[in-house]
Amino acid sequence: MNEAIKRISDRVGLPRLIISLLFFSICVMALILKLPASSLISDVIRRFGMFGILALAMIPSIQCGTGPNFALPLGIVCGLFAMTITIQFGLTSLIWGNGFWASVIIAIPFAALAGWIYGMMLNKIKGSEMLVATYTGFSIVSFMCIIWVVIPFKNPEMAWPIGKGLRVTFALDKSFAYFLNNFLMIKIGEIIIPTGLLLFFFGTCLAVWVFLRSKIGVALRAAGDNPKFAQASGIDVDKCRIIGTVLSNVLGAIGIIVYAQSFGFVQLYLAPLYMAFPAVAAVLIGGASAKKAKISHAILGVFLFQGLLTVALPVANQIFSEGNLSEVLRMIVQNGIILYAITKVGGAD
Amino acid sequence: MQEKYTLQMKDINKEYYGNKVLKGVSLSVKPGEIHALLGENGAGKSTLMNILFGMPVIHSTGGFSGEVFLCGEKTHIKSPKEAMELGIGMVHQEFMLVPGFTITENIKLNREITKDNFISRAFKNDSLKTLDIKEMKKDTRKALDTLGMDIDEWARVAGLPVGHMQFIEIAREIDKKGIKLLVFDEPTAVLTESEADNLISAMKNLAASGISILFITHRLDEVMQAADNVTILRDGELVATRKKEETSVSELAELMVGRKVEIIPTSNEKDYRISTDNIILSIRNLKVNMPGEEVNGIDLDVRKGEILGIGGLAGQGKIGIANGIMGLYETSGDIVLKGEKLELNNTKQSLKKGLAFVSEDRRGVGLLLDSSIEHNIAVTTMQIKDKFLKKMTVFNQMDNKAIRQHALKMIEELDIRCTGPSQLTRRLSGGNQQKVCVARALTLEPDVLLVSEPTRGIDIGAKKLVLDLLVKLNREKGMTIIMTSSELAELRSICDRIAIVSEGKVEGILKPTDSDRDFGLMMAGQYHKMRCKEAK
Repeated sequence: MNEAIKRISDRVGLPRLIISLLFFSICVMALILKLPASSLISDVIRRFGMFGILALAMIPSIQCGTGPNFALPLGIVCGLFAMTITIQFGLTSLIWGNGFWASVIIAIPFAALAGWIYGMMLNKIKGSEMLVATYTGFSIVSFMCIIWVVIPFKNPEMAWPIGKGLRVTFALDKSFAYFLNNFLMIKIGEIIIPTGLLLFFFGTCLAVWVFLRSKIGVALRAAGDNPKFAQASGIDVDKCRIIGTVLSNVLGAIGIIVYAQSFGFVQLYLAPLYMAFPAVAAVLIGGASAKKAKISHAILGVFLFQGLLTVALPVANQIFSEGNLSEVLRMIVQNGIILYAITKVGGAD
Repeated sequence: MQEKYTLQMKDINKEYYGNKVLKGVSLSVKPGEIHALLGENGAGKSTLMNILFGMPVIHSTGGFSGEVFLCGEKTHIKSPKEAMELGIGMVHQEFMLVPGFTITENIKLNREITKDNFISRAFKNDSLKTLDIKEMKKDTRKALDTLGMDIDEWARVAGLPVGHMQFIEIAREIDKKGIKLLVFDEPTAVLTESEADNLISAMKNLAASGISILFITHRLDEVMQAADNVTILRDGELVATRKKEETSVSELAELMVGRKVEIIPTSNEKDYRISTDNIILSIRNLKVNMPGEEVNGIDLDVRKGEILGIGGLAGQGKIGIANGIMGLYETSGDIVLKGEKLELNNTKQSLKKGLAFVSEDRRGVGLLLDSSIEHNIAVTTMQIKDKFLKKMTVFNQMDNKAIRQHALKMIEELDIRCTGPSQLTRRLSGGNQQKVCVARALTLEPDVLLVSEPTRGIDIGAKKLVLDLLVKLNREKGMTIIMTSSELAELRSICDRIAIVSEGKVEGILKPTDSDRDFGLMMAGQYHKMRCKEAK
């Protein structure tokens, strides 16, 4: 019996097994508490697509050897910046996908440039990437807090009605809110399937997959897997690390735009501060380690992590209805999962 | 009779996982004797010392058989600590000193002399006592004086010349009470000549005071200078024990190297295989800054179609040559390949110009351990020659079919034992991993194949397969091979010429059929000295 359990846990990976079991038991509790299954399922799917690309951004950075990209906020602020430009200059006609495509197109060069500079920095501090990345993320968020105040954008959609600067949160109602979610949306009974969102996520996964199987992608993976081997094969390891960082950063920027359109709001200032952690936790739960990750890890991990959070919240609400105890509980659950996942950085399986 | 010896080791046998590394070795050291232990790398010197010190590695691999007598009493040393208590000291090759501490602090580390103070009295706790620095300094002074060192005992270790550090190590050992036997593990390896001379005279002083010294080295002239008796090990066997007066440098050289493997009979085909005037690779004044294997100005010509061996002892620079040619470590000098000057410090260029390299560090540099065999074989060629790619508009895609086909061909040709081309290389045995490395190099279709330590860490059967493979490549495909190896017997069995490297320079080039004496002298860096003497 013990042998059998060990064999299963060896194959599936212990973290994935534990999280899956937790997810399953919370789902059962949700059924027992007679929570509306259809809306829960819709929520899980929506959040899966919403966070997917942010988790996917971890894959190139892990594969090129710089470890999980804790500096994800760097990419995120590039995406946020692109969205404010889009709104400011009113690039919200249908040609621009109500502003979605415009934001993506504007975000890519910013994110690529930031990623390139950041990648060069990472090459100078090999070995301590994770900690440096975390604080790079924190610093850039604080820096952008200044920018959001002093930036001379006046569009009433997002600027404070009086005084200077941009609001903490602004709605995308008049631009690209739910642009992807509503594209080819399907309703099966009560369950809503945001086809466009899922298509975009899986499309991005496919693009990353194709890239990683190209010549440069193979070099990048070799550089991450064994830098000495890569060097002996004539691969420029530093260049590969920069490419991986740039790609991760660009995915982070696109990820936040997808997130914002699905959420319906853009959150500036301190909102991106802790966004790297759920993304890192998701890929780790999905079976990745700080050194090895596959796209499947991101997909599976995001599903488990977001699924767990989505279902756990109403369940907690039912059990502890007093005040905002459920919010506290949600924080405990979320950070607990992150903590657990980060202890597994060394390798899940 | 036995009381006459400080140390006696009798009929020591040791095996690691069925691989016999010591076969019935005996050793006796009298009080006040300097006894040299001589042998090539891997002859069993370190294992013998590990047994003497009761290192955990010995016990965790099944112990040893044989008897150890210390001052006539049978002892069984279970740990290095016990060895220390019995009066055996070791002077290490790498200095085990704390750089930020003073000489006195280093020498007295964990053996500090203390005196009571009121806190330690109040709490009755020894670890709260004050250090008696005066006494400690006095002891240190005494130890340093014994060694003839006039250096401030309160100087910091960091920044001292290496020669001094070596002496501080010795001072630490002789400061221990009741030291009977001191083991010097290649103490002169990092010292300059004058420092080495000092050391040897210090050793003689110590011996005169009654301490026995076991001196591990492969420098023959030092043996002649210092030792009273010499024990020579080769392949885990005791070859000979000689009195200094009864032997000579050349005899020692011959005994150290010995003949181990018979040479593949040279047939006539060899003669037209190699043309003496067709130099494919010419190296001039090559300097490679590879830590531990520095190359200081090597000149070497490689003839087209030959197997050139590069031999020498560890740390002398032979490994650095191939790494330098491939641009993996900082290199200067001139390399001309097929009449064209090769750009240095550029691995990609080296690979493109028709060189391929099988690294000595198989698991560290040679393989992607978590990737499949086929991926390992194809990846370098894909990057260098744009093969195994399907042309697409934006990103050329990996051509899995072509990779699989090629991998299957290689697996069959090189007889790689695996469950299939998608098996991870981590799960392969050493010999098969090495074959994957060779397959990867061959996929580049090189003109010159550089192979470093191809048989390191693989079992005997696999060794033969790898060597046969190299010969086959050379004979059938006319590939020029430069093989670096620590195992002289191996080089002599397959190479056409063997260059021996000593202290970062080529000491000389020999034919495999040349005498053991010449090989031994060259490895010890004594060949030219001897020649000069003979000429006189």
